[in-house]
Amino acid sequence: MDLYPLYNSMRIAGISTLIVLVFGVATAHYTVRLPGFIKGILDCIFTLPLVLPPTVVGYLLLRFLGPKRILGQFFLETFGVKLTMNWYSAIFATTVVIFPLMYRTARGAFQAYDRNLSLAGRTLGLSKPYIFFNIEMPCCRQGIIAGTVLAFARALGEYGATSMIAGYTPGRTATISTTVYQLWRTDNDALALKWVLINLVISAVVLLAINVFESRMQKSRIK
Amino acid sequence: MSLKISIKKKYTDFCLDVDFSTDSKRIGILGASGSGKSMTLKSVAGLIKPDEGEIVFDNKILFDSKNKTDLKPDRRRVGYLFQDYALFPTMTVEKNIRTAFTGAKRIERLNKQSGMNSENPMFHENDTEGILKKFGLWEQKDHRPDELSGGQKQRTALARMLVTNPELLLLDEPFSALDTYLREGMRLELKKLLEEYNKTVILVSHDRDEIYQLCDYLVLLNQGRMIGCGNTEELFKHPVSVAAARLTGCKNISRIKKLGENKILALDWGGIELVTDLKVDDDISFAGIRAHDFIPGNCEINEIPVGNATVSRLPFEWYITLENGLWWKVPKAMEEQSRENLIPSCVTIPPDKIILLKEQKT
Repeated sequence: MDLYPLYNSMRIAGISTLIVLVFGVATAHYTVRLPGFIKGILDCIFTLPLVLPPTVVGYLLLRFLGPKRILGQFFLETFGVKLTMNWYSAIFATTVVIFPLMYRTARGAFQAYDRNLSLAGRTLGLSKPYIFFNIEMPCCRQGIIAGTVLAFARALGEYGATSMIAGYTPGRTATISTTVYQLWRTDNDALALKWVLINLVISAVVLLAINVFESRMQKSRIK
Repeated sequence: MSLKISIKKKYTDFCLDVDFSTDSKRIGILGASGSGKSMTLKSVAGLIKPDEGEIVFDNKILFDSKNKTDLKPDRRRVGYLFQDYALFPTMTVEKNIRTAFTGAKRIERLNKQSGMNSENPMFHENDTEGILKKFGLWEQKDHRPDELSGGQKQRTALARMLVTNPELLLLDEPFSALDTYLREGMRLELKKLLEEYNKTVILVSHDRDEIYQLCDYLVLLNQGRMIGCGNTEELFKHPVSVAAARLTGCKNISRIKKLGENKILALDWGGIELVTDLKVDDDISFAGIRAHDFIPGNCEINEIPVGNATVSRLPFEWYITLENGLWWKVPKAMEEQSRENLIPSCVTIPPDKIILLKEQKT
């Protein structure tokens, strides 16, 4: 059994989760303090991929990243890099799809954060970056960790947008979800079942992790 | 050391307008919740930017809208004690204090860069143990804030604040998060500490006892506006305006009609005539009587019939409501008096105890 899809899925999910962790947290931290109206609009934009069908996300991505489209053409001509139909193409798809998950959980955590703690830090002479990394982030860490795990789980399962932008090439762009579909389509039921089981195990572990974090969060809240 | 605060800040439904200056080192700001006390304090700390005005402390301009001066909080040399203490919840008591040292070092570096020489700090970093012991926190040093009692939290916050060697201490309702039985002890503790460090303090509170005990200069705030400032005792004796009288705890306030140079008619107290020591100016439209200023029995002047009075009890006081609505507070004797003996047929208010008030301070 060729384990390439597992490896590929993991690296795509891992990289896109890292990207989303940085940008999702930064965006959430920024928008939380904006005035209501602007916040509402940005919130809408950042959450949109959560409710859009993945095929719509895939379509929109292709409109920008396709070899003859504005960004795709630019990268192809300047760096000789083709943004679609490569293993890393799926990263674009998963990143967009999981961004709202990270953004929303992080925003919830930042919203619940007591801003006076940061103000106290300022009067104590601490710098803003120091306050963010040593006071605010630790206070919000459980929400951020939960968001990361959720985003990773969703990235592993991404199918629609990924298949549109990266396609299915065995040994190159194949992920677990596209492999399952391909195997089922070609009547290879036994192998498809194996991949389904692998996927179930990974998802179960991830969900367990989320539950553990949530119950810990509740405990610390009761305290 | 002198402090001048003259600031304005407008919000859609609230307007803050504070203007006072004093040489006192113990400044109190008294006001109900939502009167802009904390906002004033945050402006001094540089956590809120006023629309206009200036804040000058010890000849150093902290904020001046005309010169566009607006020092960052870490350049103002202020210590801020938050109402709920704002201890960093993920850190132990010791780490909270060590974190303040990180800030103290940064403040010192910033001061050196701008050529300002800083005074010797009160505490040194290698003496965290000494600080913890001094503030009675040695045994709690590995505890997180949520494992501390109210008093321990306050001491941690005080220690943490003093580590950065501030010149001006800003205390935001320092006792409101404490249980009543702890409050008075902590008040004395704080009084001692302030005397020891001899820094200028601004204390914000809605509790007049606290302010009276700890501050010798008082600012009264009502809905964002200053309704009086000056020597604390003086202001309690002569609050001038109705709102100020209420803030300083005057229970009985009535509309009046001027009858003569020293004579008024109290319209809300059953239309009794009262003689005052002070001359009644034409703009006086209210009078106040503090609830504990009545004397039982009758004298020559200012006799007030008790009538059908109601009595309610507190642990150490009787609250007596006279028939005309006046409130009278009588301290309980050691042996509890019976209610029959308690109530005389009439009470007297000495002419010097009548507070003459204007409707609004202009």
